[in-house]
Amino acid sequence: MTTADQATPGAPPVRDHSAKRRWVGQSIRRVEDPKFLLGRGGYIADRITPGTLHAAVLRSPHPHARIVGIETAEAKAAPGVHAVITGAEAAELCDPMPDFGPDPARHTWRCLAAEKVRYVGEGVAVVVADSRYLAEDALELIEVEYEPLPAVTDPERALADGSPLVHEALESNCAYERSFDFGDVERDFAEADVVVRDRLRWHRSGGQPLETVGAIAEYDPGTGSFTIDTNTLSFTSYLFMAAATLKVPVNKLDIRPVPAGGSFGSKLFANKPAMIAGMCARKTGRKVAYLEDRVDNISNCDHHGSDRVYDVELAMMRDGTMRGIKIDVIDDYGAYIQFGVGHHGNALAQVVGPYTIGSVRYRVRAALTNKNQQGAYRGFGSEVNNWMLEQMVDKAARELGLDPVAVRRMNFIREFPHFIPTGNVYDSGDYERVLDHALDLADYGHWRDEQRRLREQEGRYIGIGVITAQERSVFSATEFWFWFDEPGAPVTSTPESVSLKVDATGGITAVLYSCAFWGNSPETMVAQLVAEEFDCSPYDVSVVYHGSRDGLPATGPGGSRTTVMLAGAVEGAAGRIKEKARRAAAHLLEIGPDDLEWADGGYRVRGDPERKKSLGEIAIMLHLFKHSFPEDMESGLDASKVFDHPYTTMPSADRKDLGVFYPFVGHACHVPVVEVDIETGAVTFLHYAAVHDCGTLVNPRSLAGHIVGGTAQGIGTALYEEFVYDEDGQLLSSSFMDYLIPTAMEVPELTLGHVETPSPYTPHGIKGGGEGGRMMAPAAINAAVNDALAPLGVRLTELPMTPERILAALRAAGHAG
Amino acid sequence: MATDTRTISLTVNGQPVVAEVEPRRLLVDFLREDLGLVGAHIGCEHGVCGTCTVLLNGASTHSCITLAVQADGADISTVEGLADGGELHPLQDEFSAKQGLQCGYCTPGMLMRAREILTRNPDPSPAEVREAIASNLCRCTGYQFITEAVLAAAARMRATREVVP
Repeated sequence: MTTADQATPGAPPVRDHSAKRRWVGQSIRRVEDPKFLLGRGGYIADRITPGTLHAAVLRSPHPHARIVGIETAEAKAAPGVHAVITGAEAAELCDPMPDFGPDPARHTWRCLAAEKVRYVGEGVAVVVADSRYLAEDALELIEVEYEPLPAVTDPERALADGSPLVHEALESNCAYERSFDFGDVERDFAEADVVVRDRLRWHRSGGQPLETVGAIAEYDPGTGSFTIDTNTLSFTSYLFMAAATLKVPVNKLDIRPVPAGGSFGSKLFANKPAMIAGMCARKTGRKVAYLEDRVDNISNCDHHGSDRVYDVELAMMRDGTMRGIKIDVIDDYGAYIQFGVGHHGNALAQVVGPYTIGSVRYRVRAALTNKNQQGAYRGFGSEVNNWMLEQMVDKAARELGLDPVAVRRMNFIREFPHFIPTGNVYDSGDYERVLDHALDLADYGHWRDEQRRLREQEGRYIGIGVITAQERSVFSATEFWFWFDEPGAPVTSTPESVSLKVDATGGITAVLYSCAFWGNSPETMVAQLVAEEFDCSPYDVSVVYHGSRDGLPATGPGGSRTTVMLAGAVEGAAGRIKEKARRAAAHLLEIGPDDLEWADGGYRVRGDPERKKSLGEIAIMLHLFKHSFPEDMESGLDASKVFDHPYTTMPSADRKDLGVFYPFVGHACHVPVVEVDIETGAVTFLHYAAVHDCGTLVNPRSLAGHIVGGTAQGIGTALYEEFVYDEDGQLLSSSFMDYLIPTAMEVPELTLGHVETPSPYTPHGIKGGGEGGRMMAPAAINAAVNDALAPLGVRLTELPMTPERILAALRAAGHAG
Repeated sequence: MATDTRTISLTVNGQPVVAEVEPRRLLVDFLREDLGLVGAHIGCEHGVCGTCTVLLNGASTHSCITLAVQADGADISTVEGLADGGELHPLQDEFSAKQGLQCGYCTPGMLMRAREILTRNPDPSPAEVREAIASNLCRCTGYQFITEAVLAAAARMRATREVVP
């Protein structure tokens, strides 16, 4: 591996990671856990106080219908009911929802549907009552007259002429279309020996955390201010948009984070429940809780995952060299498109995977259909690209008669930093080491022998998948707008902020600003990073989650950014505190600041280690004895750091180069071994090895937990989970009876390995790692199933690979199941 | 409005409770809202995910599809009764040691289910633990560290039992 060149344009300075670390790298127990173990988690539903009113939403049973009339008198008169608000009334009370989509005025999204419903589950009215029971009773009394309209749920049909229009104002169901070329695509294809083609289909699934989205809102007419507690706070810097929805100035809106029972992306900027609760609180003059139930969360959460149809061509040389790739993708966004096609920006961060592919054509069409809209789900669209690319590599190897592992290995990028054709950079990596480690942990040779033996002796179909793929981390905002030649908001900053406050006894409190607990470990991460800086115990660090109103600029979890960004913010704030503490200590010890060195939790005189001041000794002086110090030193010992994205460069005007927007790029190799029962279509795991490299690990155990958990979600994506809409637009999987989440019986024990290639650009060399499992597993399991069925000439090209789909593929190949 | 209510008498974490409840009131709402025991969580509300699991007469029960009146006369145990004063139960301690939780939302249900499992089978195999906790969904951990935690707690609980006859 080569090291980064300091002169790389726009790159931050290359860091020296040689320092010994005491806390970073330790699998300490998480500091968050005791309250959860005691049943005192303080989730949103735990915070409802007596006298709080409850809201319940009436959902549309129609996929597409005009709302002709709503009769609410009977519901309003029902016991315990305080208000009934229809969609039309809500449109008076609230402005449209925050929306980063391409043309929000032509596909307007509101907290409740006003004139027509566009998917099953869309809210049409809300009831506010003394209890959830009474609110749901009253929902039954609302009469809605619908004029049903034809629905469209197939993205290709939606784009065809004559399709029903989801938004008439748009005059089309194509919300966005763009094609980019990076590198000399035509030359690479002209010079290729073989072009491998395929059509691939990835159906929609979603995060589905066990806790739904909820909010408790209060409006104070005396100050004109909202206070909203919710499990979804993120993008504090963008909450002026939510304030606009509620029609208040942003400094009159305080959104306060509470722990979330899981997110996996699905609570990212999920403001709708908070907006509904806020609207109801203002209308009734009371505190109102709105907590989604499970059907709300499945059908109306605005966080379904990618739903794509791919037509792909991969240009190959006969020896296995990959030259160029043409990707034509239609993505079914559902009825609205709140984040635009940012998901495809995400894919472009690592579109060529770990391979030296020289050119890329990427065409995306965003289709609108009568489904709940897409949001975020662990991977944010790049996991789909990983799956597509690995499928193509396997298919190419098969068509060329080459070993799929060897094809991967010969195309690996080996020098870093490496700029891929889109312009993004891979900061560092050692892909061959990851692959070798994974094959070793997987006992690859043994399983190849077993595969042959079991096939020949017992007629069993065993498959081994080997995929090598990327895990980009720490997004920059450009991925959301480089699509547009004249972007409305070419935002460049996605900062994260931390304040550190040292009290008079030397105790440290860290304040986080947009970083709710979502099941990740922000408190443990910050506690370990602070402990590393100050030589204290991580369990002595107190962590506070600050509300949005008077917070510092912050973005929150997403795109595997939290740990890296918090590390930068902690480092910056700690540096400022240490600088002041050094000056104070120098004064107290009557020596020059440069003669001091930090050691064991305080400053000591170089060469005279007995002369020292601990942080506590310095802190109490700074808190209480201002007049012992020079005039310009203020009381107290605290500092904040607004840490901006450390490595972003701007896209070129012609968009031949998108710049650097996702620079800290991890890598992984997953090797599942599966058995496919060709009678039933069932897939079971015989072994599963996974090796990840996401730079320096802060808490290896917690990262391992994310890998296993993400892999479990990837197993769901690959085999079980799908939000199924039928042709008429009905949602067939609106509960956990039909939306199948893997249990402990479906998820195998993983054999895990880590490689640590530190990032040259981040504190301690950390890269983000929270999404890795789900970014790899769907590709790996698809590869394994296809390997199992290869002797039958069967190849699955559609996820999830349900038993029905596997049996259908077998039948199509002439193997009656 | 005059609401039809029933009187129920039960024991919750060893404490006698007498209450008036509507017949339709769910046990999970009774525990959370009327008794303030918010450890049992609401996840799917149709008896699949298991995050609402409590023990009813020692048997794990989905409190989101159980009516409070069905608990009349019963002995209910919730996660709030698991720790002994300030000391974590071995299951809680091992969930922490093994990082058998991330968001923590399934954890109380998992802990109560695990407690039931270990009462019935103090020395389960890893496969038996996986089969037994398959009643409860966890969306974060992929179950691996939960399984490890339950096995580690089982070993500690067996050792304690042998020392204290």
